Amino acid sequence: MSDSATRILAGLLEARTGQQLGLSRRWRIETALQPLMRERSIASLDQLAGSLVGGREPALAEKAVEALLNNETFFYRDRPAFDLLLGPVLSRLERARAGEKRIAIWCAGCSTGQEAYSIAMRIAEQKARWAGWTIDILGSDVSRAAIERASSGHYSQFEVQRGLSVLQMMRWFAQQPGTWRISSEIQRLVRFRVHSLIEPPPEPGRFDLILCRNVMLYFAEPTRRLVFSRLAEAAAEDAVLMLGAGETVIGQTEAFAPDPEARGLYVRTGKSAARFAAAS
Amino acid sequence: MKSCLVVDDSKVIRKVARHILETLHFVVDEAEDGREALSRCEANMPDVVLLDWNMPVMGGMEFLRTLRRADYETQPKVVFCTTENDAAHIRAAIDAGADEYVMKPFDRDTLESKLQIVGVA
Ligand SMILES: C[S@@+](CC[C@H](N)C(=O)[O-])C[C@H]1O[C@@H](n2cnc3c(N)ncnc32)[C@H](O)[C@@H]1O
Repeated sequence: MSDSATRILAGLLEARTGQQLGLSRRWRIETALQPLMRERSIASLDQLAGSLVGGREPALAEKAVEALLNNETFFYRDRPAFDLLLGPVLSRLERARAGEKRIAIWCAGCSTGQEAYSIAMRIAEQKARWAGWTIDILGSDVSRAAIERASSGHYSQFEVQRGLSVLQMMRWFAQQPGTWRISSEIQRLVRFRVHSLIEPPPEPGRFDLILCRNVMLYFAEPTRRLVFSRLAEAAAEDAVLMLGAGETVIGQTEAFAPDPEARGLYVRTGKSAARFAAAS
Repeated sequence: MKSCLVVDDSKVIRKVARHILETLHFVVDEAEDGREALSRCEANMPDVVLLDWNMPVMGGMEFLRTLRRADYETQPKVVFCTTENDAAHIRAAIDAGADEYVMKPFDRDTLESKLQIVGVA
Protein backbone atom coordinates (compact mmCIF):
# COMPACT_ATOMS: atom_id res chain seq x y z
CA MET A 1 0.00 0.00 0.00
CA SER A 2 1.36 3.39 -0.92
CA ASP A 3 1.41 6.45 1.29
CA SER A 4 -0.69 8.35 -1.18
CA ALA A 5 -3.49 5.74 -1.07
CA THR A 6 -3.59 6.07 2.72
CA ARG A 7 -3.62 9.84 2.43
CA ILE A 8 -6.49 9.79 -0.06
CA LEU A 9 -8.58 7.48 2.09
CA ALA A 10 -7.81 9.35 5.31
CA GLY A 11 -8.63 12.63 3.55
CA LEU A 12 -11.95 11.28 2.33
CA LEU A 13 -12.84 10.09 5.82
CA GLU A 14 -12.01 13.43 7.40
CA ALA A 15 -13.82 15.45 4.74
CA ARG A 16 -16.99 13.40 5.18
CA THR A 17 -17.03 12.94 8.95
CA GLY A 18 -14.36 15.03 10.62
CA GLN A 19 -12.72 11.83 11.85
CA GLN A 20 -8.97 11.67 11.60
CA LEU A 21 -7.40 8.31 11.03
CA GLY A 22 -5.33 7.88 14.17
CA LEU A 23 -1.85 6.48 13.73
CA SER A 24 -2.82 3.26 15.46
CA ARG A 25 -5.72 2.79 13.05
CA ARG A 26 -3.70 3.45 9.94
CA TRP A 27 -2.23 -0.01 9.85
CA ARG A 28 -5.71 -1.48 10.10
CA ILE A 29 -6.95 0.43 7.09
CA GLU A 30 -6.41 -2.54 4.78
CA THR A 31 -8.20 -5.00 7.07
CA ALA A 32 -11.11 -2.58 7.43
CA LEU A 33 -11.50 -2.17 3.66
CA GLN A 34 -10.88 -5.80 2.71
CA PRO A 35 -14.55 -6.90 2.64
CA LEU A 36 -15.53 -3.95 0.45
CA MET A 37 -12.60 -4.56 -1.90
CA ARG A 38 -13.50 -8.23 -2.19
CA GLU A 39 -17.14 -7.38 -2.88
CA ARG A 40 -16.16 -4.97 -5.66
CA SER A 41 -13.26 -7.08 -6.98
CA ILE A 42 -10.78 -4.32 -6.23
CA ALA A 43 -7.27 -5.73 -6.09
CA SER A 44 -5.43 -3.21 -3.93
CA LEU A 45 -5.77 -0.11 -1.79
CA ASP A 46 -4.06 1.85 -4.53
CA GLN A 47 -6.72 0.78 -6.99
CA LEU A 48 -9.47 1.65 -4.51
CA ALA A 49 -7.96 5.07 -3.83
CA GLY A 50 -7.61 5.56 -7.58
CA SER A 51 -11.33 4.95 -8.10
CA LEU A 52 -12.16 7.42 -5.35
CA VAL A 53 -10.02 10.42 -6.25
CA GLY A 54 -12.15 11.42 -9.20
CA GLY A 55 -15.31 11.56 -7.07
CA ARG A 56 -17.19 9.65 -9.71
CA GLU A 57 -18.11 6.77 -7.42
CA PRO A 58 -20.17 8.30 -4.61
CA ALA A 59 -21.64 4.96 -3.50
CA LEU A 60 -18.20 3.37 -3.27
CA ALA A 61 -16.89 6.40 -1.39
CA GLU A 62 -19.72 6.17 1.14
CA LYS A 63 -19.04 2.46 1.69
CA ALA A 64 -15.32 3.10 2.10
CA VAL A 65 -15.95 5.83 4.67
CA GLU A 66 -18.35 3.59 6.58
CA ALA A 67 -15.80 0.81 6.64
CA LEU A 68 -13.22 3.16 8.13
CA LEU A 69 -15.48 4.39 10.94
CA ASN A 70 -15.20 2.79 14.33
CA ASN A 71 -18.72 1.68 15.27
CA GLU A 72 -17.85 0.10 18.59
CA THR A 73 -20.72 0.36 21.08
CA PHE A 74 -22.80 -1.64 23.55
CA PHE A 75 -25.81 -1.36 25.82
CA TYR A 76 -25.39 0.87 28.90
CA ARG A 77 -21.77 1.39 27.99
CA ASP A 78 -20.04 2.85 31.04
CA ARG A 79 -22.79 1.67 33.36
CA PRO A 80 -22.06 3.91 36.39
CA ALA A 81 -22.42 7.02 34.21
CA PHE A 82 -25.67 5.68 32.74
CA ASP A 83 -27.01 5.04 36.24
CA LEU A 84 -26.28 8.64 37.09
CA LEU A 85 -27.90 9.92 33.91
CA LEU A 86 -31.04 7.81 34.15
CA GLY A 87 -31.22 8.19 37.94
CA PRO A 88 -30.72 11.58 39.59
CA VAL A 89 -30.19 13.58 36.40
CA LEU A 90 -33.39 12.33 34.78
CA SER A 91 -35.28 12.98 38.04
CA ARG A 92 -34.05 16.57 38.05
CA LEU A 93 -35.20 16.96 34.47
CA GLU A 94 -38.53 15.40 35.32
CA ARG A 95 -39.08 18.09 37.98
CA ALA A 96 -37.99 20.85 35.61
CA ARG A 97 -40.36 19.67 32.88
CA ALA A 98 -43.29 18.75 35.13
CA GLY A 99 -45.39 21.45 33.46
CA GLU A 100 -44.91 20.67 29.80
CA LYS A 101 -44.29 16.93 30.32
CA ARG A 102 -41.99 16.78 27.33
CA ILE A 103 -38.39 15.60 27.14
CA ALA A 104 -36.21 15.41 24.05
CA ILE A 105 -33.12 13.20 24.07
CA TRP A 106 -30.48 13.09 21.36
CA CYS A 107 -27.91 10.33 20.98
CA ALA A 108 -25.48 11.92 18.58
CA GLY A 109 -23.19 9.34 16.97
CA CYS A 110 -25.32 6.45 18.19
CA SER A 111 -23.73 3.85 15.93
CA THR A 112 -25.94 0.73 15.75
CA GLY A 113 -28.46 2.04 18.26
CA GLN A 114 -27.60 0.38 21.58
CA GLU A 115 -27.22 3.72 23.37
CA ALA A 116 -30.63 5.02 22.29
CA TYR A 117 -32.34 1.70 23.03
CA SER A 118 -30.69 1.61 26.47
CA ILE A 119 -32.56 4.80 27.34
CA ALA A 120 -35.78 3.64 25.70
CA MET A 121 -35.82 0.38 27.69
CA ARG A 122 -35.41 2.27 30.96
CA ILE A 123 -38.29 4.59 30.05
CA ALA A 124 -40.47 1.63 29.06
CA GLU A 125 -39.71 -0.05 32.38
CA GLN A 126 -41.15 2.99 34.18
CA LYS A 127 -44.54 3.11 32.47
CA ALA A 128 -46.48 4.66 35.33
CA ARG A 129 -43.88 7.36 35.90
CA TRP A 130 -43.89 8.53 32.29
CA ALA A 131 -47.61 8.16 31.57
CA GLY A 132 -48.81 11.36 29.89
CA TRP A 133 -45.28 12.43 28.94
CA THR A 134 -43.90 12.82 25.44
CA ILE A 135 -40.38 11.45 25.37
CA ASP A 136 -38.65 11.87 22.08
CA ILE A 137 -35.49 9.84 21.64
CA LEU A 138 -33.46 10.52 18.52
CA GLY A 139 -30.46 8.47 17.48
CA SER A 140 -28.28 9.85 14.71
CA ASP A 141 -25.07 8.82 13.05
CA VAL A 142 -23.13 9.79 9.96
CA SER A 143 -22.98 6.13 8.90
CA ARG A 144 -25.98 5.04 6.86
CA ALA A 145 -25.11 1.39 7.42
CA ALA A 146 -25.07 1.89 11.20
CA ILE A 147 -28.42 3.71 11.14
CA GLU A 148 -29.96 0.97 9.00
CA ARG A 149 -28.86 -1.61 11.52
CA ALA A 150 -30.08 0.51 14.40
CA SER A 151 -33.51 0.91 12.82
CA SER A 152 -33.77 -2.79 12.07
CA GLY A 153 -33.45 -3.58 15.78
CA HIS A 154 -31.63 -6.84 15.05
CA TYR A 155 -28.61 -7.84 17.11
CA SER A 156 -26.30 -10.83 17.11
CA GLN A 157 -26.02 -13.05 20.16
CA PHE A 158 -22.70 -11.40 20.98
CA GLU A 159 -24.17 -7.90 20.77
CA VAL A 160 -27.44 -8.51 22.57
CA GLN A 161 -25.83 -9.57 25.82
CA ARG A 162 -23.08 -6.97 25.74
CA GLY A 163 -23.96 -4.58 28.55
CA LEU A 164 -27.52 -5.82 28.93
CA SER A 165 -28.90 -7.71 31.93
CA VAL A 166 -30.37 -11.11 31.17
CA LEU A 167 -33.75 -9.94 32.45
CA GLN A 168 -33.81 -6.99 30.05
CA MET A 169 -32.64 -9.22 27.22
CA MET A 170 -35.43 -11.71 27.86
CA ARG A 171 -38.02 -9.00 28.33
CA TRP A 172 -37.26 -6.80 25.35
CA PHE A 173 -35.75 -9.12 22.74
CA ALA A 174 -37.18 -12.06 20.85
CA GLN A 175 -34.79 -14.77 19.78
CA GLN A 176 -35.12 -15.59 16.09
CA PRO A 177 -32.95 -17.88 13.99
CA GLY A 178 -29.49 -16.29 14.00
CA THR A 179 -30.60 -13.01 15.57
CA TRP A 180 -32.26 -11.26 18.50
CA ARG A 181 -34.92 -8.72 17.58
CA ILE A 182 -35.88 -5.80 19.80
CA SER A 183 -39.55 -5.51 20.69
CA SER A 184 -41.65 -3.05 18.73
CA GLU A 185 -42.63 -1.38 22.00
CA ILE A 186 -39.03 -0.21 22.40
CA GLN A 187 -38.50 0.45 18.73
CA ARG A 188 -41.47 2.81 18.69
CA LEU A 189 -39.83 5.01 21.31
CA VAL A 190 -36.77 5.80 19.19
CA ARG A 191 -36.35 7.42 15.81
CA PHE A 192 -33.12 7.20 13.85
CA ARG A 193 -31.69 9.35 11.11
CA VAL A 194 -28.47 9.81 9.19
CA HIS A 195 -26.86 13.05 10.32
CA SER A 196 -23.36 14.42 10.61
CA LEU A 197 -22.44 16.40 13.69
CA ILE A 198 -20.73 18.93 11.50
CA GLU A 199 -24.12 19.96 10.09
CA PRO A 200 -26.72 22.06 11.95
CA PRO A 201 -28.57 20.05 14.61
CA PRO A 202 -31.53 17.86 13.66
CA GLU A 203 -35.20 18.48 14.59
CA PRO A 204 -36.62 19.48 17.03
CA GLY A 205 -33.39 21.41 17.56
CA ARG A 206 -33.82 21.78 21.32
CA PHE A 207 -32.77 18.78 23.37
CA ASP A 208 -32.82 18.26 27.13
CA LEU A 209 -30.32 15.42 27.20
CA ILE A 210 -27.56 15.06 24.67
CA LEU A 211 -25.29 12.04 24.51
CA CYS A 212 -22.26 12.42 22.30
CA ARG A 213 -19.99 9.65 23.38
CA ASN A 214 -16.78 8.33 21.93
CA VAL A 215 -17.33 10.30 18.76
CA MET A 216 -15.16 13.38 19.14
CA LEU A 217 -12.03 11.47 20.14
CA TYR A 218 -10.62 11.59 16.63
CA PHE A 219 -11.83 15.03 15.59
CA ALA A 220 -9.16 17.64 14.94
CA GLU A 221 -9.26 20.59 17.36
CA PRO A 222 -11.23 22.99 15.10
CA THR A 223 -13.80 20.31 14.23
CA ARG A 224 -14.25 19.48 17.89
CA ARG A 225 -14.87 23.13 18.69
CA LEU A 226 -17.35 23.41 15.84
CA VAL A 227 -19.20 20.31 17.04
CA PHE A 228 -19.35 21.57 20.62
CA SER A 229 -20.94 24.76 19.33
CA ARG A 230 -23.43 22.69 17.32
CA LEU A 231 -24.30 20.72 20.44
CA ALA A 232 -24.69 23.95 22.43
CA GLU A 233 -27.01 25.28 19.73
CA ALA A 234 -29.13 22.17 20.10
CA ALA A 235 -29.16 22.18 23.89
CA ALA A 236 -31.99 23.50 26.04
CA GLU A 237 -30.88 26.07 28.63
CA ASP A 238 -30.66 23.48 31.38
CA ALA A 239 -29.66 20.60 29.13
CA VAL A 240 -27.24 17.91 30.25
CA LEU A 241 -24.45 16.61 28.03
CA MET A 242 -22.95 13.16 28.43
CA LEU A 243 -19.60 12.39 26.83
CA GLY A 244 -17.64 9.13 26.71
CA ALA A 245 -15.79 7.91 29.78
CA GLY A 246 -12.43 9.40 28.76
CA GLU A 247 -13.76 12.65 27.30
CA THR A 248 -14.16 16.13 28.76
CA VAL A 249 -15.28 19.63 27.81
CA ILE A 250 -12.47 21.19 29.80
CA GLY A 251 -10.22 23.16 27.51
CA GLN A 252 -12.48 22.37 24.57
CA THR A 253 -15.46 24.68 24.91
CA GLU A 254 -16.99 27.24 27.25
CA ALA A 255 -20.53 26.35 26.28
CA PHE A 256 -20.60 23.44 28.73
CA ALA A 257 -19.23 23.04 32.23
CA PRO A 258 -19.09 20.14 34.68
CA ASP A 259 -22.48 19.44 36.27
CA PRO A 260 -22.00 20.23 39.96
CA GLU A 261 -24.55 17.58 40.91
CA ALA A 262 -23.46 14.80 38.58
CA ARG A 263 -19.84 13.92 38.23
CA GLY A 264 -18.75 13.27 34.66
CA LEU A 265 -21.78 14.99 33.12
CA TYR A 266 -21.93 18.54 31.78
CA VAL A 267 -24.43 21.39 31.77
CA ARG A 268 -24.99 24.27 29.41
CA THR A 269 -23.30 27.45 30.67
CA GLY A 270 -25.14 29.99 28.56
CA LYS A 271 -21.79 31.23 27.28
CA SER A 272 -21.54 31.29 23.54
CA ALA A 273 -19.51 28.52 22.08
CA ALA A 274 -19.11 30.54 18.91
CA ARG A 275 -17.48 33.44 20.74
CA PHE A 276 -15.07 31.05 22.36
CA ALA A 277 -14.28 29.52 19.01
CA ALA A 278 -13.71 32.94 17.49
CA ALA A 279 -11.54 34.13 20.36
CA SER A 280 -9.20 31.18 20.44
CA MET B 1 -10.86 -7.56 46.52
CA LYS B 2 -13.83 -9.64 45.41
CA SER B 3 -13.43 -13.31 44.70
CA CYS B 4 -14.72 -15.36 41.79
CA LEU B 5 -14.88 -19.13 41.40
CA VAL B 6 -14.68 -20.20 37.75
CA VAL B 7 -16.37 -23.56 37.19
CA ASP B 8 -15.72 -25.05 33.77
CA ASP B 9 -14.35 -28.36 32.53
CA SER B 10 -12.41 -26.60 29.79
CA LYS B 11 -8.98 -25.48 30.86
CA VAL B 12 -8.87 -22.94 28.05
CA ILE B 13 -12.12 -21.28 29.12
CA ARG B 14 -10.94 -21.18 32.73
CA LYS B 15 -7.74 -19.52 31.62
CA VAL B 16 -9.52 -16.91 29.50
CA ALA B 17 -12.03 -16.16 32.26
CA ARG B 18 -9.28 -15.96 34.88
CA HIS B 19 -7.37 -13.50 32.76
CA ILE B 20 -10.35 -11.18 32.28
CA LEU B 21 -11.36 -11.44 35.94
CA GLU B 22 -7.85 -10.60 37.09
CA THR B 23 -7.83 -7.45 34.97
CA LEU B 24 -11.10 -6.60 36.78
CA HIS B 25 -9.25 -7.06 40.09
CA PHE B 26 -10.86 -10.32 41.17
CA VAL B 27 -9.15 -13.04 43.15
CA VAL B 28 -9.82 -16.12 41.06
CA ASP B 29 -10.23 -19.76 42.02
CA GLU B 30 -11.07 -22.61 39.65
CA ALA B 31 -13.05 -25.85 39.69
CA GLU B 32 -13.47 -28.46 36.97
CA ASP B 33 -16.99 -29.57 37.79
CA GLY B 34 -19.94 -28.94 40.09
CA ARG B 35 -18.81 -31.26 42.82
CA GLU B 36 -15.38 -29.69 43.08
CA ALA B 37 -17.09 -26.30 43.03
CA LEU B 38 -19.29 -27.24 46.00
CA SER B 39 -16.33 -28.20 48.10
CA ARG B 40 -14.57 -24.96 47.14
CA CYS B 41 -17.63 -23.03 48.23
CA GLU B 42 -17.76 -24.86 51.54
CA ALA B 43 -14.12 -24.13 52.21
CA ASN B 44 -14.17 -20.54 51.06
CA MET B 45 -17.37 -18.95 49.78
CA PRO B 46 -16.65 -16.71 46.77
CA ASP B 47 -18.54 -13.49 46.02
CA VAL B 48 -19.51 -14.77 42.61
CA VAL B 49 -19.47 -18.06 40.69
CA LEU B 50 -19.00 -18.19 36.92
CA LEU B 51 -20.72 -21.43 35.98
CA ASP B 52 -20.67 -23.66 32.90
CA TRP B 53 -23.70 -25.79 32.03
CA ASN B 54 -22.39 -29.15 30.81
CA MET B 55 -19.67 -30.71 32.90
CA PRO B 56 -18.79 -34.28 33.85
CA VAL B 57 -19.44 -35.53 37.42
CA MET B 58 -21.82 -32.68 38.29
CA GLY B 59 -23.25 -30.18 35.80
CA GLY B 60 -24.02 -26.52 36.36
CA MET B 61 -27.74 -26.90 37.07
CA GLU B 62 -27.26 -29.57 39.69
CA PHE B 63 -24.54 -27.49 41.33
CA LEU B 64 -26.78 -24.43 41.37
CA ARG B 65 -29.79 -26.25 42.84
CA THR B 66 -27.65 -27.88 45.53
CA LEU B 67 -26.00 -24.57 46.34
CA ARG B 68 -29.29 -22.67 46.62
CA ARG B 69 -30.85 -25.38 48.84
CA ALA B 70 -27.93 -25.42 51.26
CA ASP B 71 -28.13 -23.13 54.29
CA TYR B 72 -24.80 -21.39 53.97
CA GLU B 73 -24.39 -18.15 55.87
CA THR B 74 -23.95 -16.27 52.60
CA GLN B 75 -24.91 -17.20 49.07
CA PRO B 76 -22.69 -16.15 46.17
CA LYS B 77 -24.00 -14.50 43.03
CA VAL B 78 -24.11 -17.01 40.21
CA VAL B 79 -23.48 -16.08 36.59
CA PHE B 80 -24.06 -18.88 34.09
CA CYS B 81 -21.49 -18.87 31.34
CA THR B 82 -22.33 -21.38 28.66
CA THR B 83 -22.83 -22.18 24.99
CA GLU B 84 -26.49 -23.00 25.70
CA ASN B 85 -28.11 -20.00 24.07
CA ASP B 86 -31.83 -20.50 23.81
CA ALA B 87 -34.56 -18.82 25.81
CA ALA B 88 -35.65 -22.11 27.43
CA HIS B 89 -32.23 -22.76 28.94
CA ILE B 90 -31.94 -19.16 30.09
CA ARG B 91 -35.33 -19.28 31.81
CA ALA B 92 -34.50 -22.59 33.48
CA ALA B 93 -31.24 -21.15 34.82
CA ILE B 94 -32.96 -18.08 36.25
CA ASP B 95 -35.70 -20.24 37.82
CA ALA B 96 -32.99 -22.36 39.46
CA GLY B 97 -31.50 -19.26 41.07
CA ALA B 98 -28.95 -17.88 38.61
CA ASP B 99 -28.43 -14.11 38.85
CA GLU B 100 -27.05 -13.55 35.38
CA TYR B 101 -26.39 -15.40 32.15
CA VAL B 102 -23.56 -15.10 29.64
CA MET B 103 -23.57 -16.90 26.31
CA LYS B 104 -20.20 -17.93 24.94
CA PRO B 105 -18.44 -16.30 23.19
CA PHE B 106 -18.20 -13.19 25.32
CA ASP B 107 -15.65 -10.45 25.90
CA ARG B 108 -14.39 -8.35 28.77
CA ASP B 109 -17.08 -5.67 28.41
CA THR B 110 -19.81 -8.30 28.56
CA LEU B 111 -18.40 -9.96 31.63
CA GLU B 112 -17.66 -6.68 33.39
CA SER B 113 -21.19 -5.41 32.85
CA LYS B 114 -22.73 -8.67 34.08
CA LEU B 115 -20.61 -8.44 37.23
CA GLN B 116 -21.72 -4.83 37.70
CA ILE B 117 -25.34 -5.86 37.25
CA VAL B 118 -25.13 -8.49 39.99
CA GLY B 119 -23.35 -5.95 42.18
CA VAL B 120 -19.88 -7.44 42.59
CA ALA B 121 -17.91 -5.15 40.27
C1 LIG C 1 -17.23 4.52 18.63
S1 LIG C 1 -18.86 4.82 18.09
C2 LIG C 1 -19.64 5.29 19.61
C3 LIG C 1 -21.10 4.88 19.67
C4 LIG C 1 -21.79 5.25 20.96
N1 LIG C 1 -21.99 6.69 21.06
C5 LIG C 1 -21.04 4.74 22.16
O1 LIG C 1 -20.37 5.51 22.83
O2 LIG C 1 -21.12 3.55 22.44
C6 LIG C 1 -18.66 6.37 17.22
C7 LIG C 1 -19.77 6.66 16.20
O3 LIG C 1 -19.67 8.01 15.78
C8 LIG C 1 -20.04 8.08 14.41
N2 LIG C 1 -19.52 9.32 13.83
C9 LIG C 1 -18.26 9.61 13.46
N3 LIG C 1 -18.18 10.85 12.96
C10 LIG C 1 -19.43 11.37 13.01
C11 LIG C 1 -20.00 12.61 12.61
N4 LIG C 1 -19.28 13.57 12.05
N5 LIG C 1 -21.34 12.78 12.81
C12 LIG C 1 -22.10 11.82 13.36
N6 LIG C 1 -21.60 10.63 13.75
C13 LIG C 1 -20.29 10.39 13.57
C14 LIG C 1 -19.44 6.81 13.85
O4 LIG C 1 -20.08 6.44 12.64
C15 LIG C 1 -19.68 5.80 14.97
O5 LIG C 1 -20.87 5.09 14.79
